[in-house]
Amino acid sequence: MNLSPQDITAILLSMKIAVTATLLSLPFGFATAWLMMFRHFRGKVLLEVLVNLPLTLPPVVIGYFLLLFFGRNGWGGAMLKSAGIEFIFTWKAAVVASATVGFPLLVRSIRLGMESIDRQLLQASRSLGATWYDTLFTVVLPLSLRGMIAGSSLMFARSLGEFGATIIVAGNIPGVTQTIPLAIYDYASSPTGTSMALSLCGVSVALSVIILLLHEVIGKQLETRREA
Amino acid sequence: MKLSIDIRKRLGSFDLAMQSVIEGDHSGIFGASGSGKSTLVHMISGLMTPDSGELHLDDICLFSSRKRINLSPEKRRIAIVFQHARLFPHLGVKANLFYGYKRCRPEHRKISPEALIEVLNLGHLMTRGVNKLSGGEKQRVALGRAVLANPRLLVMDEPLSALDDSLRYQIIPYLRSVSEEFGVPYLFISHSISEMQLMTDQVMVVSEGRIEGISTPDQLARAGMASNPKGYLNLLRLNGAKKQDGLFHCPWGNSELIISEGRTGEESLFELSSRDIILFKQHPEAISARNLLECCVAELFDSDGRKGVVLESGGKRLVAEIVRAAAEELEIATGTTLFAAIKASAFRRLG
Repeated sequence: MNLSPQDITAILLSMKIAVTATLLSLPFGFATAWLMMFRHFRGKVLLEVLVNLPLTLPPVVIGYFLLLFFGRNGWGGAMLKSAGIEFIFTWKAAVVASATVGFPLLVRSIRLGMESIDRQLLQASRSLGATWYDTLFTVVLPLSLRGMIAGSSLMFARSLGEFGATIIVAGNIPGVTQTIPLAIYDYASSPTGTSMALSLCGVSVALSVIILLLHEVIGKQLETRREA
Repeated sequence: MKLSIDIRKRLGSFDLAMQSVIEGDHSGIFGASGSGKSTLVHMISGLMTPDSGELHLDDICLFSSRKRINLSPEKRRIAIVFQHARLFPHLGVKANLFYGYKRCRPEHRKISPEALIEVLNLGHLMTRGVNKLSGGEKQRVALGRAVLANPRLLVMDEPLSALDDSLRYQIIPYLRSVSEEFGVPYLFISHSISEMQLMTDQVMVVSEGRIEGISTPDQLARAGMASNPKGYLNLLRLNGAKKQDGLFHCPWGNSELIISEGRTGEESLFELSSRDIILFKQHPEAISARNLLECCVAELFDSDGRKGVVLESGGKRLVAEIVRAAAEELEIATGTTLFAAIKASAFRRLG
């Protein structure tokens, strides 16, 4: 294993971005999944398409849209500027890029978890005097935990691998916005970087395996706890 | 409890239009599956909104399309016991039991949890996880959970259908005693006439999205006598059985019944089909059937070509079923004396 201080920074930055993107997206992912599973409203199909769009769009396209929106002349950019927040080409932009790309995966997993919730449990809860938001927090949320954990790990892993959207909105600035995939890209384009690139690839594989293992273990634990 | 229903709802090709008033603390809704009784229950409890009409429980307006009133389910305080217990899998027995109680306003809390736990015999289950309970235990917890919510009305939506026969009749006394002890009126939904006879005093009969009328469980059983494969089911509660020569002798009114599948000790419930009673005009000299009762014909009724004979013996009543020709040969009329022969094995113990 051959990691330079710059690589370590890239690894830590990747983790920071992935964790932030996942945590920020969780409440929105839960709310979106709940809206799509349990509520009837106009424009549901539109919401469905919008949420799933990043799954089929090239990440570069998403990155470009984000750049337009948050750029100097975009709405988001103007708002952030008036609030005094520097956004484009910072790690925050990388978080938003990761969150946008990983969001559909999160929502899909939570929805799958919600699908297995018996509707009569929700009816029982309502008939026992719980308001809809009470039911949401005391029945739907705890029973969606597995889906949320599965979705979070998927999204976390996807964020670690995010490249296309990130490079457009956050750039590839070593020490500032350079994440693992961007660092590998740099090494791969230099003739002497093979072993360095391989080291980072190894780190990527290790991280992915750890996430998948954690995902399995937590899922199993939840299952045994429920059976107890 | 008085429930006034006047609602319409269209669900695809199913058209529901119901209008009726049912009064009484032990009421039932009877109908085949697909008759619309579950839809009706959902609308009463606020889980589904009618297209139009009105719903009143006592003096409370639950729904009115005219006045634009639609109380949310939690404000209606109508607790449901479902066919499958539907306990919250992420909570233990205690948390399930108290789910509704915690959400009930203190001024509405009239039922003491300790007393309920005692009546439903749940004390030893309190620390368990809900997935470690048997079907009957689950249903008892579900019943307790609904009652502890201190509802205005308890709706039992086929609460016994998912249980096997022996369990079913073990649960029935709990259902009744909980309601009586704590003064909670209930609406019992089922497609079983025997359950209706055991649980309700009056029944709303539902068929194809319409209410056919209000009837008593006994009228319902009489009307269904000819079409029901088991005829009219006489339900007998017997206790004080004594075992002699392998048979159980149970006091019944002024006489005694001899039963093969009995039980000494506690009270047991038996069913006896109207088709298992043989009638004689005169006392037969000797017969193999162990029970021969001298009866007086109290009433006669028709059911689809069959004759129902209500027999009175020692202050108790039984319904026997015969074909018209037999009725003519026996010259049966109200007040006639007859002898009813019943085999000891014809009594089926329910619980």
